[in-house]
Amino acid sequence: MSEKVLEIRDLHVTFDTPSGPLEAVRGVDLDVSAGELLGVVGESGSGKSVSFLAAMGLLPARARVTGSVSLAGEQLIGASAKQMRSIRGRLLSMIFQDPLSALNPVHRIGDQISEMLRSHQDLSGREAEKRAIELLDIVGIPQPGDRARQYPHEFSGGMRQRVVIAIAIANNPKVLIADEPTTALDVTVQAQILEVIERVQERFGTAVVLITHDLGVIARVADRVNVMYAGRNVEQGTIESLFDHPSHPYTRGLLASLPRPGKQRLKPITGFPPNMLNPPSGCAFHTRCEFAADICKGEMPALVGFGDLQTACVRARDLPKNEIFL
Amino acid sequence: MSDELLKVTNLVKNFELRVNNGARRKKRIVQAVTNVSFSVEKGQTLGLVGESGSGKTTVGRCILRLIEPTSGSVEFEGHDLGSLKFEEMRALRRKMQIVFQDPFASLDPKMTIGASISEPMVVQGVPGDHSDKVIELLELVGLSADHAQRFPHEFSGGQRQRIGVARALALNPALIVLDEPVSALDVSIQAGVVNLFEDLQSRLGMSYIFIAHDLSVVQHIADRVAVMYLGKIVEIGDQEAVYATPTHPYTKALLSAVPLPDPKTERARNRIMLEGDVPSPVNPPSGCRFRTRCWKAQDVCGQEEPMLTVRPSGQMSACHFPES
Ligand SMILES: Nc1ncnc2c1ncn2[C@@H]1O[C@H](COP(=O)(O)OP(=O)(O)OP(=O)(O)O)[C@@H](O)[C@H]1O
Ligand SMILES: Nc1ncnc2c1ncn2[C@@H]1O[C@H](COP(=O)(O)OP(=O)(O)OP(=O)(O)O)[C@@H](O)[C@H]1O
Ligand code: SF4
Ligand code: SF4
Ligand SMILES: [Mg+2]
Ligand SMILES: [Mg+2]
Repeated sequence: MSEKVLEIRDLHVTFDTPSGPLEAVRGVDLDVSAGELLGVVGESGSGKSVSFLAAMGLLPARARVTGSVSLAGEQLIGASAKQMRSIRGRLLSMIFQDPLSALNPVHRIGDQISEMLRSHQDLSGREAEKRAIELLDIVGIPQPGDRARQYPHEFSGGMRQRVVIAIAIANNPKVLIADEPTTALDVTVQAQILEVIERVQERFGTAVVLITHDLGVIARVADRVNVMYAGRNVEQGTIESLFDHPSHPYTRGLLASLPRPGKQRLKPITGFPPNMLNPPSGCAFHTRCEFAADICKGEMPALVGFGDLQTACVRARDLPKNEIFL
Repeated sequence: MSDELLKVTNLVKNFELRVNNGARRKKRIVQAVTNVSFSVEKGQTLGLVGESGSGKTTVGRCILRLIEPTSGSVEFEGHDLGSLKFEEMRALRRKMQIVFQDPFASLDPKMTIGASISEPMVVQGVPGDHSDKVIELLELVGLSADHAQRFPHEFSGGQRQRIGVARALALNPALIVLDEPVSALDVSIQAGVVNLFEDLQSRLGMSYIFIAHDLSVVQHIADRVAVMYLGKIVEIGDQEAVYATPTHPYTKALLSAVPLPDPKTERARNRIMLEGDVPSPVNPPSGCRFRTRCWKAQDVCGQEEPMLTVRPSGQMSACHFPES
């Protein structure tokens, strides 16, 4: 195992809402190793974004965050706003689904990259500008010199996402968190952006956390996967093990529900995602799990190792062997 | 041709766009749909795929006459919809329904589910009390009778989409246009809604036009597939033929870009990377509209528009240098 750059331990995030406290993240443990591409999947509302927004210190003040997030040895939970500003963009960057909201409409593209560079590095204007153009080239923007002088509205959606990546990697962070970076893009453009992310990761050794609901995207680019359900990390492992022999019933259900070539009937996961204002006791998946037993309603299962996989299911050892899907 | 339910011929829809360009106001024409022709048989599903802005929704809206086509004809059960009088159109209109992508926006938050489902019957002047029909419809889509008294906010995305489907079924349509009906849903929930569409079709025999970005879902549900690019159909044919042996370069690139949930195939695949983005429909490229991104483009592609031509594997595609 290579060096861990990001270690999340027992992370909890609670929002005060008009209907009462909502615990969106309920004890997440997760590691990101140097240079790896970690995929994070899970259904809508499972706490993917909130977990990493908490790590970035980007949640609203009314969110209560506890636990530990350490980045290359530095503790981020409880860090001052000033410390977080110095860390964001330098050690840890995050990009989002909608690239437009991340760009300033009235500033030239090149200036926005230069600004990010100069906020963390001692560079002259000329040096920063030169580096900005290099970065545009790295993320695959043709004629980067001319493009640097343009404004965001002159760029297409795919081009804007490239710019956002250029800004995020400008100071060569240790970890890049990409939250659904291709969801709003067409598939042919999505393929381009995934390639850019892989290229950046290889070239700079950046660790990447890719949050997505698309298991195909995970299968294409990830080294390891974390599966989230109801604010918990329910399974994690290498992509080979997770796709070949998923152990957690939710992961199994997720993979089985995907349409595959051929006309066999699809297998949905029964029931509905839990209401996080009042999540089911014990293993939150018990309301939908075909293997649920009384024991599942007791304590929240912790991650337990099975070879290349860690699974949070009290019955993991008793479950029937998983059928091979492909 | 007694099995043909819908026949669309040379459908064109241009939108006028007014742009403020300093002091001068200019008019621009968005060529959203250009010369689109296809037919849908009874009990069959036509998948309509293509990237954002390719004109899929506009085709669906023209068929239902939610917008007036610029030109071309739409025949439904042998009647040319363009030449019908208002009352005749109203009678046919009930046989065609549409279900939209967003299960949250498509229901009135202040109306009970029962009222939402019976609304089309009220609007169409179907006589009598509709409560039995509402219960029947709710059960048909996998919900229960007591849901009728509840309001949309009490339902999850998948449930709301089922309610939208129940509403569309109220008037026993022969054709339902499903515009991205599962895109907003989690994968594990999508599967149940897709199964519902299949079950309803085998029980009630209606036809679907299934519009989607997700090519794997379309492969699963469609009998025939039409691939659109910048307002035109570039390839159309049986689902098996189009997916197994795509003949238009765009179809081939699109299929190769779809991420498959299998690491081994994904990593072994030879992917075609298209460069750039889709050009603007205000000024589409001359000749073949795909030529600015096509790796096979030659001079002729800019000069002559390729026509849809039957290929050896049975489908039709519009390309001067088709893949074989
Ligand atoms: N600012 C907030 N205030 C209150 N609740 C919030 C806030 N942000 C998120 N939540 C809640 O926290 C839970 C987790 O949300 P999160 O955005 O992390 O989900 P996600 O897994 O990223 O889902 P998606 O796939 O839809 O992006 C949800 O129940 C959400 O409603
Ligand atoms: N009312 C309108 N006025 C002007 N232009 C329009 C209008 N409706 C659609 N268009 C344009 O027509 C083109 C086709 O749009 P349409 O919504 O049919 O695409 P689509 O294939 O359904 O895309 P998506 O996958 O994003 O839903 C686009 O360029 C769009 O901007
Ligand atoms: S702990 Fe029980 S309910 Fe949860 S996944 Fe395992 S078997 Fe299913
Ligand atoms: S006609 Fe020419 S440009 Fe168009 S798809 Fe075929 S080869 Fe490519
Ligand atoms: Mg999210
Ligand atoms: Mg559309």
